[in-house]
This record gives sequence, structure tokens and C-alpha cells, in this order.
Amino acid sequence: MAETGLPKIGSVLGLDGLQALIVALAARGREVIGPVEREGAIVTGRISGIADLPAGRTDRQEAGTYRLADRGDGALFGYAVGPHAWKRYLHRATETLFRVRRIGEELAFDAPREPPPPTAFIGVRACELAAMAIQDRVFQGGPYLNTEYAARRSQAFLVVVNCGDPAATCFCTSMDTGPRVRAGYDIALTELLDGRHEFLAEPGSDAGAALLAYLPTRPVAEADWQAADAVAARAAAGIRRHLPAAGIKDALQHHPEHPRWDDVAERCLACANCTLVCPTCFCSTVEDRSDLDGAGAARVRRWDSCFDRHFSYVHGGAVRTQTRSHYRQWMTHKLAHWWDQFASSGCVGCGRCIAWCPVGIDITAEAAAFVEGEAHGDA
Amino acid sequence: METLESTVLAQPFFAGLDPGIAALIADCARNHSFELGAYLFREGDEAREFFMLREGDVALEIQAPGRPTLVLSTTQAGDIVGASWLVPPYRWNSDARARSRVRALGFDAACLRAKCDEDPRTGYAMMKRFAPLLVHRLHAAHLQLLDVYGRTAPA
Amino acid sequence: MSVDPYLPLAYRVIAVRQETADVATLDLLPVGAAIPEPAPGQFAMLYVFGVGDVPISVSGAPVEGAPLMHTLRGVGPASRAITRLRPGQELGVRGPYGTVWPVAEAEGHDVLFVAGGLGLAPLRPAVRQVLANRERYGRVSLLYGTRSPQDILYREELAGWRRMLDVQIEVTVDRADASWRGAVGVVPDLIPRACFDPASTIAMVCGPEVMMRFTVLALQAAGLPFERIFVSLERSMKCGIGLCGHCQFGREFVCKQGAVMRYDRIAAIFTVREI
Repeated sequence: MAETGLPKIGSVLGLDGLQALIVALAARGREVIGPVEREGAIVTGRISGIADLPAGRTDRQEAGTYRLADRGDGALFGYAVGPHAWKRYLHRATETLFRVRRIGEELAFDAPREPPPPTAFIGVRACELAAMAIQDRVFQGGPYLNTEYAARRSQAFLVVVNCGDPAATCFCTSMDTGPRVRAGYDIALTELLDGRHEFLAEPGSDAGAALLAYLPTRPVAEADWQAADAVAARAAAGIRRHLPAAGIKDALQHHPEHPRWDDVAERCLACANCTLVCPTCFCSTVEDRSDLDGAGAARVRRWDSCFDRHFSYVHGGAVRTQTRSHYRQWMTHKLAHWWDQFASSGCVGCGRCIAWCPVGIDITAEAAAFVEGEAHGDA
Repeated sequence: METLESTVLAQPFFAGLDPGIAALIADCARNHSFELGAYLFREGDEAREFFMLREGDVALEIQAPGRPTLVLSTTQAGDIVGASWLVPPYRWNSDARARSRVRALGFDAACLRAKCDEDPRTGYAMMKRFAPLLVHRLHAAHLQLLDVYGRTAPA
Repeated sequence: MSVDPYLPLAYRVIAVRQETADVATLDLLPVGAAIPEPAPGQFAMLYVFGVGDVPISVSGAPVEGAPLMHTLRGVGPASRAITRLRPGQELGVRGPYGTVWPVAEAEGHDVLFVAGGLGLAPLRPAVRQVLANRERYGRVSLLYGTRSPQDILYREELAGWRRMLDVQIEVTVDRADASWRGAVGVVPDLIPRACFDPASTIAMVCGPEVMMRFTVLALQAAGLPFERIFVSLERSMKCGIGLCGHCQFGREFVCKQGAVMRYDRIAAIFTVREI
């Protein structure tokens, strides 16, 4: 990439090249997942070709609002992000951890591990790639490995698409996660619609380079690089929201009794939408299920949310019972404690929590209120 | 020879007391000795004298019909036994029983109350020492009441 | 780590001792592979077939080959099921997890153990380890408060420690009838009775959070700085290995930065409600 000062390597794909890319990945035994329009949103699902992509569609997002609209062109990736985060394929909503058989008084534990199917993700955004890197640290950075996540992650081929049209809810620039990808992908595409419909393709790994070498491409010209730069510049200029990255950690960690928590608690429904759509939220719980004959049981891990009223339950009652406490936990963890735990912010600026909050709570506005209060010596 | 006055001043509870006030208080004091099992006072009795323990353990107890004798708290050397002498109707709220041989300084309550009325400085010096003691006891009673170790509600 | 951290190892119940009406102690031995030897302060996740698992502190001293010992109260479905297990039955064990009591750090110092209720169970391995190396420590005191005389844990062992003559054991209860000849009152009030040099004492405190809050205040009033007071925390755990997010206490994961924590690290949030 240009930023590293290394020579820029790339090629240009046409629509036929992109089609060939998807087909080639499937032919190599991968489950290809990309953006599809479903029930009024651009979500992720299996795709078999470019015909499945949301051509000419874009998203209009604001606090508590998500709508699709026509663009008037044929852009295949002309939207920002939808409600599906890629964690649904890597850290799945439900996962069997082990099975156990009871024979008399004896227990036999078994962790059947079918190797996960190889996958290919098409259309990953820079912010989403950053979210994957964050979850890599959560699940693979400690002394105990989330084995399912590690297996699925290693089997995922990533085709990222640089953003050209951020939503009003996006704030990746504040979190230094976009709009352009830097590293950690197999292939990076930038959709070029300046009088043509092509994709600048940059390999990010040996596997990516090998696949591109196999596809019908044309050599990249300086004009193509400039066109891609223009897309990135347009994206950065289109960012409307900002989160005060400096000072937010201290402002939140030092003010657990700030009156703003009461303020947001008046609005928050504790519906947990934000934790469901957030690409870095990772909390889970376990369910133990026995077979009807009592000879076998299984333990299943499933997603959980710190907004659930049983989340902090410990012998006799929950530690956090009020909405105020739930919201404080979520926001302080995401923007402050995460730094102490995983050496980065937990937020990538994708803006999903703002759009999908039914009452439109805006994390950037809340953060600004705390930082401003800190500056004035409030609370 | 150790005088009552010097004994009073030697008690940690009265540390820093003005010697003149110590002399006044000592006028109301006398030495006591209790055998194991003896009562220092009984619930309902007039609170004529309160005690500063010099040696031994004392338990505050309540007798309730049909139930074994309940112990409210235990006190030992250096503690004050009895607070009901401070407020009307000046009647003891519980029994105080010696758990061992006890040596104590007993203070005539009426004598001390009169001295406090006569000389506000004496009165204030006494209140300043008793107030923290009562607050501490109240906090301890709260903590006992919380039953923090008790069986928790079923899940 | 190539071992699956979610997979329990099968352990067999060797013995069950009923300590009080709702508290039992289980001795466990591995059926096959064993978990690494737990150090004082650590806990294990105990799994009951078809019911679930719970984090329970290890109550046994780290002696090679000794059974894994856990003292627990049955309060929820899983812990109740565990207390009802009988010798010969099996359960799943994962661990040991968490941080350790500062037994090594306390060498050369006076040691003050303050236990409340079931909090004596997680402290027991540390007490045993200190007493097994008695010459390395100054004055050693154990202050223990519990609900009533019927709730006193490890009675014979406490008496045995007292008979050692160079250990100070003080016990108090919240309530009793007159057949109890010991102290009645709250455990922080035992602190003035303990013999220790506040300039060189390490205190290890374990019990219900309310009891620890007031005990820390009393220790501070007695001259101990927060850097030499250690507490053991408890929070909801669904994995014990830092992956489920439930046990967070401020920025700390109780399963990773705890359960044993040096008090100065958490002093600021310990008194924040619903943190």
C-alpha cells in the first residue's frame, strides 16, 4: 500500500473478473458470503455470483434509522455497513462446547470438532477488519484460546472492499480504523465508478496474490491509483460524526457517578441491540442441556449481553440491576476498559449501535458529553 | 498508691482528659470486682452505675420466654459497659453478665450526670467520648443485622 | 495452548463432609488426567452433568497427590447439585484459574488473616501454607467471624491451629445464645485484639463483600496501607478463562486479575454501587 512506502502492487478487475473471483473461491470449496439485500436491509448471506449483490442500492442511516434507497448507478458495494457483523461467522451465536455421556457413575467428556468449512467473506469494510483484529486479541491473545474462533478465523479468506460512501452514523476516522484498509486481508478491492465499472485489486497475502494471478485482470495504471485515492478521500470527507478519542478513557473511568449516566438511562431500553450489532462485543453464556434419557448432555455457548438483567447474577441477585448500570458497563468497557484489557479501543466507529438503537442513542454524542464534562471539571 | 483519679486517667477511653475533669469524674467512681457468672446489671433495673472494664469479659444478654438466652454482644477490658444511663428513663436494656472474673471501674450515673450539668466543659468532654462509642456500636449492630453470612435467597 | 480449555477433566468424589446445614466439603481425585496443582487462592470450575458449572475456590493445601478439596454452599442449581454428590460419583473439573494469595510476599512479615463466613474456605490453603513454613513469618493471626456457632467451619482444625501456641486465633459470631462462651460481635471489632505490627503486616481478607468493605476500613484505621491488604472477589463466571465477559469488575476480569487482588488496585471502584 502507498502508505508504507513500498511499491504499490495491484491489478484491475472488471465485472467479469469479480464474477470469476466469486466462482473461483466457491470452486476451491469455500462457502462464499457477501452482501445481500433482505427484508429491507443489506445483510450478509451466501452468494454465488455478482447477481446476488445489492447492485445500485445504498443505505441511509441516522440515529435510530436505517433505510435502503436507489443510488441511480450500478454500484455493487455502494453502501456503508448493515446490521450483520462478521462475528456471526467467526464467533457464532451458538456453539456446542462439549458433549458428555454418563455411564453409571462415570462421565466421559468429548469435544467433537468438525473442522469448520472454509469460508470467503466478500465486502468486508476497513472498520470490520479492525473489529476482527480486535476479536483476534480477545479470543486468541490470552493464555486460553477460543478454539472455535481460532479455527474459523484461520479458514476465512477475506476480500475487503474500501468504503466510498460512508453513512451519517460512521466515525471510523475518529477511531483510526478507516475508511481505507491497511493490512490483514487477502484481497482489497476499491470500486471505481468514474465513467467505468472496474475494481482496483490489491493482494494482501500470498493466497490473495495467487488467486488474483489466476483471474482475468488488466495491469493497473497511475490513473487507477488516483481514482482509488479519490474514493478514499471522498469517504473520509463524508464522515459526519466524530468521537473524542483523546480523553474519553479517563473521562469514563473517573466518573462512574456522572449525572450523564442517569440521563442516558432515561432513554435506554436495555434492549441489547447495540451488543448484537456491535462487531467487537464478545460476551457469551452457556446452556447445559441433557438428553431425555439422561445418559447424555451437552454444553452450548451462546451470545449474551451485558444489558441482560441476569448477566451479573451471583448467588442471590445481580450486581447490576439498573439500566444506568448496564449502559455504564457497556460504554465504559467499550471505550475505556478495553484499552487496559486489550491495548486498544473496543470501538471501530462502524456506527451500527447508533443506527440500530431503537431510541437513537448516539455513542459519539454521549462520549462528547463526558469529555466536555471532564474538561469543565464536572462531576 | 494508685488513686481513682490516676486510674481514670490511665484508661484509654479517657486518654487526654483534663486532670481537673478527671478528678471530678473520679469522685463518682469506685472499684468493683465480679465473680464469673455474676450480673453487673439486669434488664429493667435502674441504671445507677455504668462500668469501665479493667479486666475480664462481659456479655450483654437478653432473656426471652421459650428461647435460650441470646447474646447481643461481648465486651472486654478497655470497653465501656452500659449506655442507658445517658438517657431517660435510665433503665437497663439488657443483662450484663461476667463471663470471667471481672474487675471494673463503676461510675455513679446520677453523680456523673450532675457534674456534667454543673460544668459544661465536663459535660462536653464526656459526650465527645461517648458519642463515637455509641456510633461505633450502632454500626456494628447494623452489620450484625445485615446477616451477611446468612443463607441467601434461593436462585 | 493446544488443549481445549472448555473441556472438563473427569474427577471422582472420594469423600463428602457436611460442614454446616448448607455447606459441604468434597474431596476429589482425577479419574484420568489431573489439572495442574492449584496454588492458594485459585479456583476451579466444577461441572455437574446436565446442570452447569460454577467457580469454587480450592480449599486444600498444595500437597502433591492430595485430593482436590472444595468447600461450598449450595445456593443455586449447580452448587446444590455438587453438595448432593456422593462418593463414587463423578463431576467435571477445569482449572486452576486465577491469582494467588501473597504467601511468598508475606515472608518476613506479620500475617493477618481475616475471614468471614464461607470466606475461610479460600483462605485455608494460605493459612496451611504459612503454618507449614511458620519460621518464615512473624506473628500470625487469624480473625474469623461467622453467623452463629453452628456455622463455624473447620472447627477441629481451628482448635488445632490454636493449640500450636504461636498462632493467634480469634473467633466471633453475629448471633448466639448463652451456651456460646466466645465473642459475639462483628469481625472488624476483632482487629484491635490482634497482635501485629501495622508497619510490617500483610493482611489477607476473604468473605462477603460487605464484610470485606468494613474490614478494610478497620484495617486502614489500624494503620495498614492498601498496598498490604489483599481481598478475594467473586463475580458471575460462565467460562473462568477470560472469554465470556461476565466476571468484569471495572476493568478487571476477576478470573484473570483476580480473584485475589491487592486492595490498592481496586480501592476506587470497590465502593461504587453496581459496578
